[in-house]
Amino acid sequence: MRIGIDVGGTNTDAVLMNGLDVLGWRKTPTTPDVSDGIVKVLRNLLSETRVSAADVQAVMIGTTHFTNAIVERRRLVEVAAIRLGLPATRSLPPLTDWPADLASAVGRHRYMLKGGNEFDGREIAPLDELGLRDVAKDIRRKRITAAAISSVFSPVTGDMEKRAAEILAEEVPDIRLSLSHEIGRIGFLERENATVMNACLVDLAFAVVSSFRRALHELKIAAPFFISQNDGTLMAPQHVERYPVLTFASGPTNSMRGAALLAGLKEAMVVDIGGTTSDVGMLMHGFPREAAVSVDIGGVRTNFRMPDVLAVGLGGGSLVRDEGARIGPDSVGYELTSRAMVFGGDTLTTTDIVVAAGLQDIGDRSRVKHLSASLIETALDTMHHMADIAVDRMKTSAEPMPVILVGGGAILVSRGLPSASKVVHPPYSSVANAIGAAVAQVGGEVDRVFAVEGTTRDAVLDVAKREASDRAVAAGADESSVKIVDVEDVPLAYLPGNATRIRVKAVGDLLMR
Amino acid sequence: MRQITRQDLMDLAVGAAFLGTGGGGDPYIGRLMVQAAMDEGKTVTILDPSEVPDDALVIPTAMMGAPTVLVEKIPSGDEAVASLRRLEAHLGRKAFATIPIECGGINSTIPLLVGALTGLPVVDADGMGRAFPELQMETFSVLGVRGSPMVVTNEYGDSALIEARDDKFMEWISRGVTIRMGGAAYIAEYSMSGADVKRTAVPNTLSLGIRIGRCLREAKTNHKNPIEALLQMLPDTLYSYGKVIWRGKVIDVRRETKMGWALGFARIEGVDGWKGTMEIQIQNENLIARVDGKVRAIVPDLICIMEAETAEPITTEYLRYGQRVVVVSVAVPPMMRTPEALEVFGPKGFHINEPYTPIEQLT
Repeated sequence: MRIGIDVGGTNTDAVLMNGLDVLGWRKTPTTPDVSDGIVKVLRNLLSETRVSAADVQAVMIGTTHFTNAIVERRRLVEVAAIRLGLPATRSLPPLTDWPADLASAVGRHRYMLKGGNEFDGREIAPLDELGLRDVAKDIRRKRITAAAISSVFSPVTGDMEKRAAEILAEEVPDIRLSLSHEIGRIGFLERENATVMNACLVDLAFAVVSSFRRALHELKIAAPFFISQNDGTLMAPQHVERYPVLTFASGPTNSMRGAALLAGLKEAMVVDIGGTTSDVGMLMHGFPREAAVSVDIGGVRTNFRMPDVLAVGLGGGSLVRDEGARIGPDSVGYELTSRAMVFGGDTLTTTDIVVAAGLQDIGDRSRVKHLSASLIETALDTMHHMADIAVDRMKTSAEPMPVILVGGGAILVSRGLPSASKVVHPPYSSVANAIGAAVAQVGGEVDRVFAVEGTTRDAVLDVAKREASDRAVAAGADESSVKIVDVEDVPLAYLPGNATRIRVKAVGDLLMR
Repeated sequence: MRQITRQDLMDLAVGAAFLGTGGGGDPYIGRLMVQAAMDEGKTVTILDPSEVPDDALVIPTAMMGAPTVLVEKIPSGDEAVASLRRLEAHLGRKAFATIPIECGGINSTIPLLVGALTGLPVVDADGMGRAFPELQMETFSVLGVRGSPMVVTNEYGDSALIEARDDKFMEWISRGVTIRMGGAAYIAEYSMSGADVKRTAVPNTLSLGIRIGRCLREAKTNHKNPIEALLQMLPDTLYSYGKVIWRGKVIDVRRETKMGWALGFARIEGVDGWKGTMEIQIQNENLIARVDGKVRAIVPDLICIMEAETAEPITTEYLRYGQRVVVVSVAVPPMMRTPEALEVFGPKGFHINEPYTPIEQLT
């Protein structure tokens, strides 16, 4: 048996599964320290299903915490965005093409220094160590706690980023560093963007992971726990502390895979309505359609491999303004049960609207009796219109498609949508995300330089594929289910022996013992 | 004469990626550089070739090198202007305008950046009608304009002035210089008169790029099939014919950076009734598409790989295992299909031992 948990901005959901069967589920509001909510939901789940903590074989946690932090521009630390590459790259400084508010949230501390490498490993310029020590002084003076270091062609050689990291660590001992060659691939601006976003999330990552750990410890659950990453596979917690950015978009992947399982549909649009946002994506053959070229996260271009998802500011906690004509993008988030009117608060949210309309019976209905019929009607129209427009934008043809509604905020949509052939509310839809996390797979990755001389590229690729598969099995995958999902090779012309950097990823189902 | 808008730039980035047939570099970076200049209040004016006086001096500007280098090593921004100024100094004359040598990929945007930074207008035409990997592969060259003298500049402002005996040798020398400069450098070459522009350039290809981008965008907004919309628009242009030649899933991509080029191939396993595997040979651009050894499209006709669902053109450096794609081929204008033109940028120009067969005649 395994437990899937989804820690969203508003709710923490948990589901207990045996294979593909749902044995039980619970939902509770997310708490400021996420561990309280997790403890509460798991305690309820275990007592309801009469399962003992010792029988739990694995815990999978998906969280939209990091994505939400970027989208809402909250709980981000200021980052020194350090680029090594001058005199090249000057035309487009760090944070180019970022939304102005997010660039401000990370502080616009941009530093460009001489350094970087050419494609063949030569230096564009030697690392400007003196300049870097001046940057360090500035970082200390401004009390910046995180830095992102991005050097031109660091996926070919990460040495200059590592050297820069050593110098910064010497000068600013407590600084938390994110190095671009550990995070992204070739494609400088996208890799630099991801590295800066990773850096602004590191404090939050430490807090969140230690909360997870504390919660499981308190419940005496000794089973290993994993956190889902953006491609739907699982990562070890200590990896998440350093690379929170790799959890981006794990929420949509989990909810879409959960939705496919629950609705028994393989070709459909999925709208996952949470507390803060709605994520809209498309299922093809039961898997999320991947974005082909680049993915915007909070308005910033990255080159992660991710599901193509459109996030709009419509959730169960979204604020309702202008007599119902304007909804979101801000949300009361996890404070829904204290700030929404039906829960005794004074903030008008979308949840209050569906209660006032008599569509749901949540909290105290008498507290929203005073809302005018026209406001309620306008707000309902606005909400359905937002969902419809989002589905419409993500659809790739005018043909009608079924729409699967999942997530705790699925109650917001009660009518048909013009863009949908039908609207499906599957069972357990409010915990689709946790179900998707519970059925997530484990991956094994190989990423290193191979010499091709004296053998063939196919033979070398076979070796890499076998190694990646072995690693997936070692990480807990069932050997018979392991498949290769990603192969990439970047030849390194400057090294003898026809060297090539090969990256292979294998995934399989978690083996249950 | 008209000014380029922000929306034009966005559309051009998509249209130029299409015309790049996989190569030419991601226009995204070029677009950002022009936008950054516009943010500082600078403007870009484009001119129809008919608006250029016959005796005016026009100096093309461009980036040369491997697109895989460009997405990683972003320019300082001053390189192409430095090349143009150095060539002006050498010629002892000021340029009236600049012009793209290549309408596909990032080179559709470099002259716009030069235009924004210098105030020179940009002629709405180019010398390739698409993207090609070598500098002699120009209608300019085929029709008698000399590439030399040429200037190559890097991010330090180091530059080389090249006078070569012919355009192919100019390409060979400048390629070596470019590799020494890190695999991407910025050039000015093929200086010519307004009369030569009218005689030798493929006309209105900048505005074609903008039209293609706009067509795909509007089709998506209106939930029309963007690829069909594009194929319906083409007869209205010099590029009179296009068709879908494959649908499938990318099962292998092989790339290497050798001698300053991105060489390789992509294999696409057919889906939806397209049986077999298409292999596309790449030398910066997609050159030839074969299924089981049978040619389905061949250079200089365009071979463009597009994301199956969104119809986004996918450039070589972003091709990945597992992508679902549609392959579209488009006929190039008659001036690019003459025996003299095919000699330079037909299959023979790429050492491909196949005759050129127009896409209209291939099944």
